[in-house]
Amino acid sequence: MRKMIAKLLTPNKDIPKKLYSTAGLVTFLLFLLVWSVLTYGGIVNPLFLPTPTAVLTTGVDLFVNGDLLSDIGISFTRVLVGFLVAALIGIPLGILMGSLKIMEGAFEPIIGFIRYMPASAFIPLLILWIGLGEPEKMSVIFLGTFFQLTLMIMDVTKNVQNDLIEVSYTLGAKRGQLFTKVILPAALPGIVDTLRITFGWAWTYLVVAEIVGASSGLGYMIMQASRFLQPDKIIVGILIIGILGLLTDMIFKAVYRASFSWMRKDGL
Amino acid sequence: MVIQAAKNIIENNVPQVKTPKLEIKEVGKVFKTKSGETTALEKTSFSVSDGEFVTILGPSGCGKSTVLRIVAGLEEATSGQVLIDGQEVNGPGLDRGMVFQSYTLYPWLTVKDNISFGLKLKGVSQKERDDVARHYLQLIGLEGFEKHYPIQLSGGMKQRVAIARALANDPKILLMDEPFGALDAQTRNIMQEVLLKAWEDSKKTILFITHDVEESIFLADSVYVMTARPGRLKKKVPIALERPREFSVKGSVEFAQYKEELLSLIREESLKAIN
Ligand SMILES: Nc1ncnc2c1ncn2[C@@H]1O[C@H](COP(=O)(O)OP(=O)(O)OP(=O)(O)O)[C@@H](O)[C@H]1O
Ligand SMILES: [Mg+2]
Repeated sequence: MRKMIAKLLTPNKDIPKKLYSTAGLVTFLLFLLVWSVLTYGGIVNPLFLPTPTAVLTTGVDLFVNGDLLSDIGISFTRVLVGFLVAALIGIPLGILMGSLKIMEGAFEPIIGFIRYMPASAFIPLLILWIGLGEPEKMSVIFLGTFFQLTLMIMDVTKNVQNDLIEVSYTLGAKRGQLFTKVILPAALPGIVDTLRITFGWAWTYLVVAEIVGASSGLGYMIMQASRFLQPDKIIVGILIIGILGLLTDMIFKAVYRASFSWMRKDGL
Repeated sequence: MVIQAAKNIIENNVPQVKTPKLEIKEVGKVFKTKSGETTALEKTSFSVSDGEFVTILGPSGCGKSTVLRIVAGLEEATSGQVLIDGQEVNGPGLDRGMVFQSYTLYPWLTVKDNISFGLKLKGVSQKERDDVARHYLQLIGLEGFEKHYPIQLSGGMKQRVAIARALANDPKILLMDEPFGALDAQTRNIMQEVLLKAWEDSKKTILFITHDVEESIFLADSVYVMTARPGRLKKKVPIALERPREFSVKGSVEFAQYKEELLSLIREESLKAIN
């Protein structure tokens, strides 16, 4: 027992897998427990925090009778398109910035500057420029992810071992081949990981994008629920965004595992 | 008529001065850095003939890697020129293969695809690539590992693949910068024999940098000793040990004599480097 505790408190020490996942479950249950005590125990006014069961029934009801599914579809499309455009431009630009000094010199300062400007502050401008339609919502997602994504891809590319590039020259690689046959495959795991992280951020910009001038989507649903004092609906919206984010994260991780088996000794 | 005939006779009888495979002519290198200029290499000249195995010994920081990188075309000389078969080199080329001390295999490619990487760049057909890869896999003793990824190999195995990859491109010259420097002593000894076998099989010209005096003797036709920085050629020591060489030659009297000579040459320079 004593030995076990010592093991748990040693940095970097591996623990049984079962214990690891149990720990996660316990934290989750504790969270539920606190929520339950606060609500079922009548400690907090249900107008501020509804019970878990109230949230669950509202969720089911919204799925069955409400627009929840179409809201999810609309929000997912906005996040996906905004993010895809950011990735489609950000990946090649980031790779070029990470490998060609002239590209870095040209773009790093301006991107490094813009990324500190909050995407939400651009919404009034965007509405002025392109109106209240879908492109405006997607642009907010784009602005929220593009600049970080590009800079992160640049860093990933810069970290490609210089030796690998030099040995490729001695093996006869032309400049174009260097990008396609060496730099891109070497940076690919880092690129996929960057996409996973920034796609997570894209979800967090969703509500911001749907606060103004939207008439559908999860963010809209949350804003409406706030107006009509429906905290259970708000929590359903938040939980669904969380679950969707988690799911896409898991998909990226699965793609990563399946594509880069060469990074693991057992090759599995 | 007569004159022409006489001329022919003369021309045909003049012993052909063999142009060396690799010629380094007055090559110097100055690095400019924030803290000033570093002369890494003083004007250095030497040559290597076709099929010769030359090892370079020298104190740390004397410019060994710099010379090799200039020959490889990865670094530009500040002065002088490098000639291969009498032609000046500019930049890297397929006629020079390189093996680095760090493991530079492509981690996303299998052993087989690593070996045939250069051929693929050239557009050689799959079948021919497979044949070449098979030949070199056998030469380096890694049959059965063709589907493995670099992460699944030991350091010694990785360097064998790196050697095979360089040879598969069929370069005229193989440049090796302390390729066994990161390996343990036993693996190193085995790698030396693997390399000698590969050299005898392929008859390449090899320029090989090492810190290890025994390694430099065991492998070489000639050992070139460099001075402390700024480096230049200090002495050329031809090694007249019999070929093909067995591991046992390391215990011979001649070997010990070479070792003593080289150790004292290196010691002189290392002391200079310190003072
Ligand atoms: N890119 C560079 N910029 C500035 N100085 C450099 C550069 N490369 C090498 N040098 C300097 O040139 C000198 C020779 O370096 P080099 O790497 O050729 O030595 P070396 O003989 O290979 O040493 P070692 O045996 O430790 O590998 C050193 O003083 C080093 O600091
Ligand atoms: Mg060196």
